[in-house]
Amino acid sequence: MYPMLMGQRLNQISVVCVACALLTGVSLADVGRTAQGVASDFGFPQVAEINQHLRQGWKDSEVSPSPAATNGEFCRRVFLDLVGRIPSEDELSAYLNDKKPGKQKRLLQRLIYDSNYRIEFARHWSTIWTNVLIGRSGGTEQNSVVNRAGMQKYLRDCFARNKPYDRMVYELISATGTNAPGSPEFNGAVNFLCGKLEEEAAQATAKTSQIFLGLQVQCTQCHNHPFNEWKQNQYWQMNSFFRQTRTLRRFERGTRDVRFVELTNQDFGGEDRPIDPETARVYYELRNGKLEAALPVFVDGTPIDVSGYLEDVNRRDELAKLILQSEYMPKAIVNRMWSHFLGYGFTKPIDDMGPHNRPVHPELLEYLAGELQKNSFDLRQLMLWIALSEPYSLSSRTSSRNAMDDPQLGEPPQFSHFYVRQMTAEQLYESLLLASGAAKTQGDYDEQQKTRDKWLQQFTIAFGTDEGDETTTFDGTITQTLMMFNGELIKQAISGKPGSFLHETMHDSRSRYAGKIQRLFFASLARRATQSELKMTQQLLASYSGDENKALEDIWWALLNSNQFILNH
Amino acid sequence: MQRPNMMIPRGMSRRHFMKHLAGASAMTLPALSLTRSLELHADELKKNHKSAILLWMGGGPSTMDMWDLKPGAATGGPFKPISTSGDVQICEHLPQIAKNMHHLAVIRSMSTQEADHGRGRYYMHTGYVPNPNMEHPSYGSVISHELMDGRSDLAIPPFVSVGGSSVGPGFLGMAYAPFVVNSNGNIKNLKMGKDGDRLAKRMAALNLIETGFIRQNRGTAGADHAKVLDKTLSLMTSEQMKAFKVREEKTELQERYGNNNFGRGCLMARRLVEAGVPFVEVDLGGWDNHSNIFPTLQDNKLPVVDQAMSALIEDLEQRERLDDTAIIWMGEFSRTPRINGNTGRDHWARSWSVVLGGAGMKGGIAVGATNADGTRVETDPYTSQDIMATVCRALGISLETTFTSKSGRPMKIANGGKVVTELFS
Repeated sequence: MYPMLMGQRLNQISVVCVACALLTGVSLADVGRTAQGVASDFGFPQVAEINQHLRQGWKDSEVSPSPAATNGEFCRRVFLDLVGRIPSEDELSAYLNDKKPGKQKRLLQRLIYDSNYRIEFARHWSTIWTNVLIGRSGGTEQNSVVNRAGMQKYLRDCFARNKPYDRMVYELISATGTNAPGSPEFNGAVNFLCGKLEEEAAQATAKTSQIFLGLQVQCTQCHNHPFNEWKQNQYWQMNSFFRQTRTLRRFERGTRDVRFVELTNQDFGGEDRPIDPETARVYYELRNGKLEAALPVFVDGTPIDVSGYLEDVNRRDELAKLILQSEYMPKAIVNRMWSHFLGYGFTKPIDDMGPHNRPVHPELLEYLAGELQKNSFDLRQLMLWIALSEPYSLSSRTSSRNAMDDPQLGEPPQFSHFYVRQMTAEQLYESLLLASGAAKTQGDYDEQQKTRDKWLQQFTIAFGTDEGDETTTFDGTITQTLMMFNGELIKQAISGKPGSFLHETMHDSRSRYAGKIQRLFFASLARRATQSELKMTQQLLASYSGDENKALEDIWWALLNSNQFILNH
Repeated sequence: MQRPNMMIPRGMSRRHFMKHLAGASAMTLPALSLTRSLELHADELKKNHKSAILLWMGGGPSTMDMWDLKPGAATGGPFKPISTSGDVQICEHLPQIAKNMHHLAVIRSMSTQEADHGRGRYYMHTGYVPNPNMEHPSYGSVISHELMDGRSDLAIPPFVSVGGSSVGPGFLGMAYAPFVVNSNGNIKNLKMGKDGDRLAKRMAALNLIETGFIRQNRGTAGADHAKVLDKTLSLMTSEQMKAFKVREEKTELQERYGNNNFGRGCLMARRLVEAGVPFVEVDLGGWDNHSNIFPTLQDNKLPVVDQAMSALIEDLEQRERLDDTAIIWMGEFSRTPRINGNTGRDHWARSWSVVLGGAGMKGGIAVGATNADGTRVETDPYTSQDIMATVCRALGISLETTFTSKSGRPMKIANGGKVVTELFS
């Protein structure tokens, strides 16, 4: 596992270095901040701007930021958030051994731009976006009109090639083609809308607004919203954009098994009888029972051609363009990305923005949205700015001077310390694979993906409504703890079979028992064992009459089950 | 009455495990908090244990086709009302429930605001409308929290959800989160496959690492996790887990409940309340009938409910548990009195029904009424809070109970709901 396994001496040097880094590099203070204690901006004006806004916020709300996280903590955090798993022992040592200033930036850039991480980076972000776009259960049922693999493939390409975000949004909203990889005219982007067109495209309307505009319009399907400014007619105007869209199922020959689904546009005759395609209206019912007509008008009041004929106007295409030009889209993505790294967005929830739900740091949100736009919607830039900012670098340890900054208590987040959070099921899976060493032995990409999806599926429960609502039992409950105690993946990790990390550690002839213990702590928690932990491991060893492997197995089990392992801290 | 063995948690494996734990503590480690619950030496659970079973109808069942028929109305649908063992008529496709109707009361004047699935599910499970700044505990969490006194020997989580995930514990914490199982009774990953000595030593090591992190003031997530570890361990070593084994029941009884997930879920619910679990939720989805509603109800949904729900009532009664067990039948809302173009009904929250029974609540009656076509309630409207208050009353939980949310906000149990007094006369 060590990068320089060339000889015993060299390796010992590397171990010493790891120890040094862990002991001396407790804080980022020497590398991340100037002598005056001002956080570095790493040469990005955007980072400076974030830091300045946050500092002001801390001053105004009378909280003191926590000190910087340790190097190990920071490295672990960055790996989890950018590539979806904890760092390996080698990756962690390399970071800790880098003594030159600006190493945070180098680490981030490596994960974002280096070809060695391209696959993992793309997989991580496509996983996140697949869950955003079609949920954790989308496309997992038999004969679903959604093809999960198709969605993932499209998104993987987007993130591997760094497709500008506005382009991705345009494609998702306006897509036509077939949804399964390998089908004729395959276009994976169609999967976003494929499962959302039933019930007069209610889901398409709601999710498009929610995800890309940060607006919750779904309640206004039936009535004006009591708490926000959206009106029922706006819902149906928005809905009108989707009414030329159809899904066509193609079946396996001679069966009713869906082979693939085609998303296509057709002329829309409107809901008048007789039909009136030149002014293709939809009708909706007011609470008093009266019917009202709606034509496509964007939420900002911009109307488009009222015709339902495709040769006059492609409504979905127009909608995509309007969304791209809107002020909502950049803010919605900045809010989402901020929440990804910092644990909470500027608004809570992140996809319900508007005057009724005032964001913390509205100017910063506005500024970052503007910067993203100026930088061609390059999401990698946005990731860098946020992950290099001071709030992201802070320890999750609180003090009496910022413990009250706790969004769980309903307070608006001030980001004065890192908010500890559960790994997602996907992060946990990839981290356990790494910890077990199983990552190396699995099959090709598609096979890996299948095994992974199967494992993840056990945590997802769909509610069985037409809207595809779902929840995940991966939330720190007994079910999950049982899986971590006794599940297959853990059994694999602690089996000590050849090829596993534990096996390698057990047979590390250059380390004694205590050294092996330290490797286990380092690889799983990015820190060394404390004195009392070391003492415990010695007692454990004694209780097994010196059978090291048994003790190492137990410690590895305990480490992978610990709160510190499963929490992103 | 003879109580089944599983009620007495004197499981060998637990005793056995205790010995190993003693061995592990020779490692001079800080005392494990789990030892406290394990050392408690109760040979049986408290006699007076009331419970509640929530039959959750996900998707929003059309209550005017089940409990409040409108045979005269143009949109009343094709189903006919039949007489029952109580003073109330219900749908002809619920004949077995009809025979047990003297145990059940229909609240026909439910009137709520939330007609979106997510919001409605949350509201009907908590008594609160969703609020982005606050996670309210669900009924299951609240009731299990209140009824846990004297049940410290219960190794099974106090809130079990069969076949669905229910709604979470909010500020009551993960200890009151629903334990989600499927109806086949196999709990995944329950066994480590190592001897008790090994498990005890691993737990001791884990406990030390766990505690170190908790002491570092990083918020509550670390400590919450540790609590769940405790519970998981007692689950793994408990004989009480037999309660999940529905297949051990007599075949005839299994068949009486119905050979389907909901039937098995209801049977499991009976076994669980017998084992002392305070709150069990059994989910039956598929009620979001926007199209083709009547054949779906008649051929599919209603027979399943009729069979399982009637079996549950009869079984509880036979075992003298019905007086201690509240039964709640409801969904997130109901469906439009209007029939849409796809012969379906859409979401409707303004006028609908919920069914309650057991735990001393008066049966055989209908409370409240809707107008001739079911579009309006004509008597005092009832809400989610009122149902909750009523169930609390039946279970002997004081309505003065107040919780304090994490932010220090006091919150009254059942959100100030009023008891449906007709059920207690």
